[in-house]
Amino acid sequence: MNPEQLTAWLQRFAELVHEQKDELTALDSAIGDADHGSNMDRGMTAVVAALAEAPPADAAAVLKKTGTTLVSKVGGASGPLYGTLFLRMAGAADGGFAPALRAGFEGVLARGKAEPGDKTMVDALGPACDVLDAGGSLAEAAQAAADGRDATVPLVARKGRASYLGERSAGHADPGATSTALLLRAAAETLS
Amino acid sequence: MTVGIVVVSHSRALADAAVELARQMLPGRPLTIEVAAGTEDGGLGTDAMAVSEAIAAADTGEGVVVLMDLGSAVLSAETALEFLEDDVRERVLLSAAPLVEGLVGAVVVAAGGATREQVAAEAARGLAPKEAQLR
Repeated sequence: MNPEQLTAWLQRFAELVHEQKDELTALDSAIGDADHGSNMDRGMTAVVAALAEAPPADAAAVLKKTGTTLVSKVGGASGPLYGTLFLRMAGAADGGFAPALRAGFEGVLARGKAEPGDKTMVDALGPACDVLDAGGSLAEAAQAAADGRDATVPLVARKGRASYLGERSAGHADPGATSTALLLRAAAETLS
Repeated sequence: MTVGIVVVSHSRALADAAVELARQMLPGRPLTIEVAAGTEDGGLGTDAMAVSEAIAAADTGEGVVVLMDLGSAVLSAETALEFLEDDVRERVLLSAAPLVEGLVGAVVVAAGGATREQVAAEAARGLAPKEAQLR
């Protein structure tokens, strides 16, 4: 991983989040507090600006800057969750993308204490890590994340604001899993 | 020196009002209470960096007890610990107490010179008076 590639990945993720901001917020208004699209858009806009203002010298620094910006700017639970993902990736940046993403995923699990099937970003991120660890391509990992997102539709949320809705949270894709699928799609488009 | 208190909330108005209510219990007595609440643009949300700075500002060396509202306030407070110096982090207790009731109990014992463990224990029993009344 080099800093230019990672910056291109994050710029593409920011674009996708911006394009789908209203869809992400619509999902979150169905089952949560209606802020995921605007929160992630604010956070990733700040990340792109921070990386442009002072381009970090190495991959770990890009990831760390992304994490510290997100924990500060997102506002909702996605801030500490995505922030921890990138901070843990920064700590494991020397081993390449797949091990770094795995370390990030473990950070998300520890921070959010969600398990697979709880209708969270874990349901998209976990399958993508499994594909990469098994030697799959980023395109295959992005597909696994998208499939994981789709598989959240019938689930009842057990974490976050959506969990207050109980059975009424079934029938919609999880917003966090949806943005995570965009993160992997951006990786497939820029890091392959 | 007394234990410092930090209030983490999605809403600056909610945090400030909770602090005002709690300070009623401390007429004329000093106590450091820092607030980390809301987003930069005045909206609802939490900021782990701001929580980290509030903890550092509230720490007098006796430690800090952090009271939170829900959801991302808890995750941001946990994340904030990562950005603190090791010696400060070891003196921080995150309280699972309900924000308003826990804060009122915490400030009274903190201003009285209690340890951070005593302050956190008082916050944790914050619901007891209400439960006794409604029993």
